Amino acid sequence: MTIMTEQEIGLAAILFFLGLTGVLVRRNVIFMLMSVEVMLNAAGLAFIVGGSAWGKADGQVMLIFILAMAAAEVSVGLALIIQLYHKFKSDDADSVDKMSG
Amino acid sequence: MNILFYISAVIAIVATLRMITGKNAVHALLYLIVSLLAVSVIFFLLGAPFVAALEVIIYAGAIMVLFVFVIMMLNVSGDGIKKEKALLTPGIWVGPSIITTVLLLEMVYMLVRQPSPFPGQPIASIVRTEVTPAVVGALLFTKYILVVELSAFLLAAGIIGAYHLGQKEKVSHHRYLKKEGGPV
Repeated sequence: MTIMTEQEIGLAAILFFLGLTGVLVRRNVIFMLMSVEVMLNAAGLAFIVGGSAWGKADGQVMLIFILAMAAAEVSVGLALIIQLYHKFKSDDADSVDKMSG
Repeated sequence: MNILFYISAVIAIVATLRMITGKNAVHALLYLIVSLLAVSVIFFLLGAPFVAALEVIIYAGAIMVLFVFVIMMLNVSGDGIKKEKALLTPGIWVGPSIITTVLLLEMVYMLVRQPSPFPGQPIASIVRTEVTPAVVGALLFTKYILVVELSAFLLAAGIIGAYHLGQKEKVSHHRYLKKEGGPV
């Protein structure tokens, strides 16, 4: 059981770092937002693993809150992407690296 | 349970890798959905069927559809028809289809291998001890009721923020109200 739990936490860590790599490497804002989703999902997986290891429901409750937060975050993020497209005609995050006051 | 977990874990990692390294946003999204489905299977194996269903419905269903809508809205390039044709070639969808089929076979195997004697009972020895939705709901509306209300605030703020950010700049036709260098 404990070896399984370690492997499950390891999977959550791998997924989290894949998402982090995506955020750091990609410059396309849509891909960056998707990578953030992967990271949130990995955090939720870690919560579920913990809840399963202790047999408590708290981990599942936390995943529900993560889902709500991800929904709010994605809606605002996608609206920002649409604004970026309207203003700069580009989905490159580097196109907004200058503040124009 | 072990081998099922390993298969789903490999599928999740491979799909996430393909998502990160993908060029086309829609194809990457397809792989992201597969990754979410694989994680959902792992949730089911861990004895959390309620959040496994939520993951499929909300994450892979609603949020990813939002992504698809935005990607399609932003497809401003003129070669949309060419891309549409490219979507229909088998080379594009065969990858996600194969690994999703593996996930489907896993689910069927779990359902068939040991039919539970009572509906709603956990399938013994495949799924870890199950935490039922009733327990989750009871905890959600007693101990965590404050956080539920806070997440309602958060969602309301998300709706208003998305509406505010998503609207286009207003075009005013009166010459005195026109902004300097603004849209004409």
